[in-house]
Amino acid sequence: MLTTASATLGALPLVVAAQGIEPEPAPDGPPGSPGSGPVDQVRVTLHVNGSPRTVDLDCRSTLAEALRGPLALKGTKIACNRGACSACTVWLDGAPVCSCMLLAVDVGERRITTIEGLAEPGRLHPIQAAFVEHDAVQCGFCTPGMVMSCAALLRDQPRPTEADVRRAISGHLCRCGTYPHAIAATLAAASGRSVHE
Amino acid sequence: MNESTRTVTMPFGLNGAEQVTRVVPADEPPPLPPNRELAVIGRSVARPDAERKVRGASRFTVDVALPGMLHGRILRSPYPNARVRAVDMVAATGHKGVRAAVLALQPGTPSAIARYAGAPIAAVAATSMAAAEEALRAIRVDYEPLPFVVDMSAARTPGAPQVYDAQSAPKGDVSGYPAAAGLPLEGNVRGPAVSGRGSVARGFEQAEVEFEAEYATQVQTHCCLEPHAIVADWQPGGLTVYLSTQYTTGVRHELAAAFGLPLNRVRVVVEATGGGFGSKSTLGSYGRLAVQLSQRAQCPVRIVLDRQEEQIDSGNRPATRQRIRLGALRDGTLTALSVTSHGTAGIALGAGVWNFAESLYTCPNFESVQHDVFINAGPGCAMRAPGAVPGAWGLEQAIDELAERLSMDALLLRDRIDPSAVRREERRVGAERIGWRGRHAPGADRGPVKRGLGVAQSLWASNVQINSSCEVRVMRDGSVEARSSVQDIGTGTGTVIAQVVAETLGLPASAVRVSIGDTDFPAGPPSYGSRATASITPPARTAAWRVLQMLFAAAAPILNASPEELVAAEGVIRVRTDPSRGISFAAAAARLRTDCACATASRADDYDGFRRRMGDAAIARQDLGGVQFAAVAVDTETGVVRVEQVVAVQDCGRPINPRQLESQVQGGVLMGLSYALFEERLIDLHSGRMLNADLEHYKIAGSCDSPRIDVVVLEDYRAMSATDAYGIAEPSNIATAPAIGNAVYNAIGVRIRSLPITPAAVLQALGKLPKVNGA
Repeated sequence: MLTTASATLGALPLVVAAQGIEPEPAPDGPPGSPGSGPVDQVRVTLHVNGSPRTVDLDCRSTLAEALRGPLALKGTKIACNRGACSACTVWLDGAPVCSCMLLAVDVGERRITTIEGLAEPGRLHPIQAAFVEHDAVQCGFCTPGMVMSCAALLRDQPRPTEADVRRAISGHLCRCGTYPHAIAATLAAASGRSVHE
Repeated sequence: MNESTRTVTMPFGLNGAEQVTRVVPADEPPPLPPNRELAVIGRSVARPDAERKVRGASRFTVDVALPGMLHGRILRSPYPNARVRAVDMVAATGHKGVRAAVLALQPGTPSAIARYAGAPIAAVAATSMAAAEEALRAIRVDYEPLPFVVDMSAARTPGAPQVYDAQSAPKGDVSGYPAAAGLPLEGNVRGPAVSGRGSVARGFEQAEVEFEAEYATQVQTHCCLEPHAIVADWQPGGLTVYLSTQYTTGVRHELAAAFGLPLNRVRVVVEATGGGFGSKSTLGSYGRLAVQLSQRAQCPVRIVLDRQEEQIDSGNRPATRQRIRLGALRDGTLTALSVTSHGTAGIALGAGVWNFAESLYTCPNFESVQHDVFINAGPGCAMRAPGAVPGAWGLEQAIDELAERLSMDALLLRDRIDPSAVRREERRVGAERIGWRGRHAPGADRGPVKRGLGVAQSLWASNVQINSSCEVRVMRDGSVEARSSVQDIGTGTGTVIAQVVAETLGLPASAVRVSIGDTDFPAGPPSYGSRATASITPPARTAAWRVLQMLFAAAAPILNASPEELVAAEGVIRVRTDPSRGISFAAAAARLRTDCACATASRADDYDGFRRRMGDAAIARQDLGGVQFAAVAVDTETGVVRVEQVVAVQDCGRPINPRQLESQVQGGVLMGLSYALFEERLIDLHSGRMLNADLEHYKIAGSCDSPRIDVVVLEDYRAMSATDAYGIAEPSNIATAPAIGNAVYNAIGVRIRSLPITPAAVLQALGKLPKVNGA
């Protein structure tokens, strides 16, 4: 059972065949010139929140950068940009991963779920509702990533213990200190409890 | 007493059990009763922006994208000390995609010295981040490396490389923050700043027991999850800056002054700030460079610091070394207290230990002698209770050590020397919660894992910003909006504004739309100094009350009553003496003469005056405080310290939102725990570079380090403003580390006086490790 975003990443193949990539003809500048030159641009199809999305991006883009840039899904946050804080957590085929540690061209056919795709439009996932109710949100910057890990935990383990929740968010850094309320919110969501009960 | 004032009776003391009479301005609203009689204030309503935050829909500054926006990057010095003789930007400026380049200093002039590794040299703006980074590599800099010093002890030795000369050194300012002007500089040591009372020499003569020790604290970095970020948009009509900031109002003033613009042409906007903790209080060098690049390129320019830049050049909590000397009678009465400190904020000033020791305990003879030491490291800045956090690490352990020499319980000693009745109650409540009575003698556990209990106290000024205004608008359909430029950095400022406005208008908090974080609204206070709640909730309530009078005037004719007879509650405006006569809030609003009734109010002085006033800032008469207890388990074989429980009993005047307060106190405790056990900026003595400029090797507390935290917030009424509410962010961060330090001593019977309390430090204290050079 993989529970933390950073641990999960280690279980993925480091490089997979890049699919849907077609080098574009050079619009300007000689091949190999530095900058956002032609050889650096790739066209990638990513399967995000249930839909295929084809975008042109710098081949050096991480998944996090592709999501936040051309795909304009800015709920995924970049805080450390090297897999130490888990703010950028998304699901890859359902498993939470640090999207800053994966090149967009390496994602291939795998299904990506971001915070924007967690709940039905106009509704809150039970974890999101519990985070609101328990004030498991302060500045809110680490929140989307933490919500993704807690939601994955509940999906895989509907009755987690407190230790399970701690472990599930152990890769997430929160400088405001929302851990106690995030743990309480996740346990409450698991039991269907409300803070008012 | 005249027409512009009236005399009112207000709740006072713990739980509002007493009453006090105040003379207040006539245009202030009537006094609020204690929380138990209120509908919205004192309740844990949800944040208005919580749903957006859990959806990832909040727009942080890093999320702002404007059409044609360029990406800026900053070239930084690789040397800890170097003269910059020349900078060749030609190749960089010609690089593909580059639209502007600026220098951060003037090469070849006497001031062109990069005094720390990471100091800004130049910046470029390009059409992509990759192009900007490539352009940085094309900049040619002619550096003349100079001798440097990055260790505070080394910097104090005669003949050490000098970071500044008298001319170039920072001058301090008249307010004394971060350090007073006019102090002498000798080598790298500036000061001392001296304060005191009585005669310490006489106090030590009277003493029957003396205690003296040295305590040390490390450099801590802020580690905001959202990096420092700006999008600067220079337009012919004026400048708009999107900034991850703790102080929109202040940054607008900075920008106007720096770029010669009138205030009405400068706008600062932030929807959500992803943490600040003191480091986002000003524009910063990166912000200034972004504005210059935008001005040059005539395009919006975005600069977001990367994590390494965050760690090196976005501020930090200074390191300190404090020698504390205490004199006491056998019954615990303090006769003398002396604190001598040396601290370093790198190339900046402000590494003192505040007036923590001066104010916490009764002692007739006191002296404080504080020095700043310059080293070649990134500038420190305010961080959550600056000065008080290191100051408490020293003093609160010294008091514990004195108690042991007096063979007195640590709480009994504090009962004797602490004049605060509020903290006395906090000690009582906390001692019961943690089970203080079961505390054993130091090192008494027999197994390899030894448990212990510790206590420490907190003191922080009740800060107020006078330049704090809020506008409240009621539309003809009964909808309500509150507006201020104050920002919400995660503390829940928007929530408490909604609560006080809703309470006043007799509506639920969710009925109030809160529009904040934009200098187009009335000027709000900074979110630092634990002053936002104290500064903005009174004007928010006052503005709502004034608008309510307009509604009463509109409703009175229908209700056949005079406006003075009306009250608003549960969405209805009624006649006080005949509740059967009422109309809905919306129906009253429909009677307004114009589409919108609005009023703007500003922070009145505290009703009993301030202790001190400095420009826009003031300090209330009564301090904020708290008492924290820690229970730890120390593994004497591995040296690992686990904090199992913290009980935090705090006060903040009238609590507005208990659950948000609990969140903030938990955050203060966790930051204090992290400071106590994990965090430390490490600089390589040979290269002068930070070794752990990331979040892998710079450790902060995670979910598995988070103990059970019991939060108790007392209701301590002071009868000082329209809400009587104060802040809690900083006071909750002060006592944690010394409470843990005292608990570790109680567990193992050996005192650790330097932070952080790493496994190596514990094993070394237990004599299980050879002393490591430099550790």
